[in-house]
Amino acid sequence: MSTSSPAFRIDGEFTIYRAAELAPAMKAALDEVAAGSALEIDLSEVTEMDSAGVQLLMSAKRSADESGRALRMAGLSPAADEVFRTLQLAWHFGLSQ
Amino acid sequence: MANHIDLDQVLHTFILEARELLEDMEAALLRVADEADPRESINAIFRAAHTIKGSSGLFGLDAVVTFTHVVESVLDRVRDGAVALDEPLVALMLASGDYIGRLVDAVERGEPQADPTTEPEGAALLERLQEFLGGREPSIASAAADIPAADALATGGAARWHLSLRFGPDVLRNGMDPLSFIRYLATLGEIEHIVTLPDAVPVLDALDPEGCCLGFEIAFVTTADKAAIENVFEFVIDDCALRIVPPGSRIAQYIELIRSLPEQPSRLGEILVRCGSVTAHELETALRLQAGSEPAQKIGAILAGQGKVAPQVVEAALAKQKQVKEMRSTESQSVRVDADKLDRLINLVGELIIATAGANLVARRTRNLELMERNSTLSELVEEVRDSALQLRMVKIGGTFSRFKRVVHDVARELGKDIELAVSGEDTELDKTVVEKIGDPLMHLVRNAMDHGIDSPEIRAARGKAATGTVSLNAFHDSGSIVIQVSDDGGGLDREKILAKGIERGLVEPGRAMSDAEVYALIFEPGFSTAAQITNLSGRGVGMDVVKRNIAALRGSVAIASEPGQGTTVTVRLPLTLAIINGFQVGVGKSVFVVPMDMVDECVEFTAEPGHDYTDLRGQVLPFIRLRELFDVPGTPAARQNIVVVKHAGQKFGLVVDALLGEAQTVIKPLSRMFAQVRGISGSSILGSGDVALILDVPLLKQEAQEDRGHAARQAESLEAGQ
Repeated sequence: MSTSSPAFRIDGEFTIYRAAELAPAMKAALDEVAAGSALEIDLSEVTEMDSAGVQLLMSAKRSADESGRALRMAGLSPAADEVFRTLQLAWHFGLSQ
Repeated sequence: MANHIDLDQVLHTFILEARELLEDMEAALLRVADEADPRESINAIFRAAHTIKGSSGLFGLDAVVTFTHVVESVLDRVRDGAVALDEPLVALMLASGDYIGRLVDAVERGEPQADPTTEPEGAALLERLQEFLGGREPSIASAAADIPAADALATGGAARWHLSLRFGPDVLRNGMDPLSFIRYLATLGEIEHIVTLPDAVPVLDALDPEGCCLGFEIAFVTTADKAAIENVFEFVIDDCALRIVPPGSRIAQYIELIRSLPEQPSRLGEILVRCGSVTAHELETALRLQAGSEPAQKIGAILAGQGKVAPQVVEAALAKQKQVKEMRSTESQSVRVDADKLDRLINLVGELIIATAGANLVARRTRNLELMERNSTLSELVEEVRDSALQLRMVKIGGTFSRFKRVVHDVARELGKDIELAVSGEDTELDKTVVEKIGDPLMHLVRNAMDHGIDSPEIRAARGKAATGTVSLNAFHDSGSIVIQVSDDGGGLDREKILAKGIERGLVEPGRAMSDAEVYALIFEPGFSTAAQITNLSGRGVGMDVVKRNIAALRGSVAIASEPGQGTTVTVRLPLTLAIINGFQVGVGKSVFVVPMDMVDECVEFTAEPGHDYTDLRGQVLPFIRLRELFDVPGTPAARQNIVVVKHAGQKFGLVVDALLGEAQTVIKPLSRMFAQVRGISGSSILGSGDVALILDVPLLKQEAQEDRGHAARQAESLEAGQ
């Protein structure tokens, strides 16, 4: 994890209750990343995650892919990890299993 | 009636198809070695095994499924390039194909299925097959997961379902989390694979963060039934598209699934492959099938109508069927007809011909011109009907020839010789009955050519020949006969050795002058084959005399030509059909005989050297046979006799008769066993008048005439010497 990469950290709940707030924030963070670079999403402090969170991550990945940027997962909290495992998301987000 | 068609009927269709697939597989296996790019053949081999496995699963034929699954797995590795389809593997695959054939045979006989994993032969093959898998795949075990629904459900074991979920936009807002449904689902069994579909999720700008656009594809292993799985999603069912593909479903289900889902077919296919619900190969097939859809096929309708098999499974089976059908339709469009029905048709046509002949006779007798004219039109039509009806029974000999590829392959290995089979004239057609009966004699000739014709590689090298010997099969039509030649490029027959053996056996008088053909023909004599090394066919129990007898029973003949050091050619001549021929009727006293028209060369007035059985035909000696004497016909010869000149296998001889009655359709009726020993007669026929005519066995008469000619020639010589 190089510190030079811009990071976006999500603390606490990563659920439907915060989806409306997190979506534009992620968008803004992504916009600040230079084309060709990656935005690190730090999920190490996530306490709860649901389908809305998953959907947000997917949407962010698509935005990144389509704008020539990349999205990288940097750290998974146990809660996030459980969701990643349940839905077998690692492959999609380029994580090793 | 449709309701009464039972499963046996469908099973029968399966058996026929399985055999055809095995034939395809064998043919592909045999051509693989010769191909620059064998991919197509390898695919064909794989497809055959795969389809057999699929459809046998449908019938719960576990033994076939278990065994074929391993074969398929090995073939899959071949397709991936992980294993080379070399000589030993081809041999193993051929043996495996045979074994599957035997399992299918057992199914047909209604015998209990042997378990290939414990039955010695199957186990041995499986063990060898496993070597090619390199322990990569727990093949036998995973075959169980592949057994279709009916079975898996019946045994109550865990089965593999495929679930396709698309959540509606309001799910999240309604306070429901798709994730929790999936967690709940996991309590019912094991989620083997799950793919969370990102496809419907837009970019952040377009995303409704509180709306839901997630979808999941899930491979789920459970003992639960469909209702239980549906219950998991009970609370969300109005807001969610749930499609469940039952275990054991085959490709058709997935095609349906792919069609019904919003995503791109190819993309979905990929996902299904990742879920492990379909293999990459199945996907390929699915996409290909998707291109052209057809209305449901019969077998499915039958099964579903019976309610014996779940409709989902039937649907899946249909795809298999279609796959098979498509493969076949590229070759030729055909209808499967019971041989019995055809035989009945041919019999009726035969009766029709006899009846027409009777009507003709009456018409001629009444001298009613108009009636005669109508009758002749009728006769022409009947003749056409006859030809078309016979044509129905005509099959190409190629099918028989291709069987020999396998024989040559196996025997060559057995003998330690390198032998190739060259085939030509595969498109030559002949009557199905003849084809069925000629298989064994031909097999014998081919084995013989390989065993004794082709020399060992060392001798070949010493003679400056290519190391690879060639056995050729050729077929062509020649004056109403089909000619089949079996040739080899081996050492040829040893004339002196055969002659010596012939004299030793008392088959030939010492000092008698004999043509090469006559000497070579000795090897077809009974009693010759067993002792002489040249025709010693160890372990096969039949000699060349049996071959000759079998061919003669088909009204055919066999001849042999050989060139020392160059090779041997055995020529078999057979009539095109065993049912109806164009005959030439001749009268002797009150009897009528029929000569097959194709063999009649010309008719001349009878003249003969007094006291001899030969005449001068435009400067050539023409031996002849007096039918009156041969068959002891009472009465005195007519004042003006005729000679019918017949030609067989390039040689002419004459038949002396009282009257020439002309050409007529002749329906061959076999002689009863009582007359089987009568020489010179091959069958009987009923004339328009209701009388019986005997059909002359020209090939046999030819031999008699030749013997006479030898005699006549010596007589002539001695006469000349005396002068």
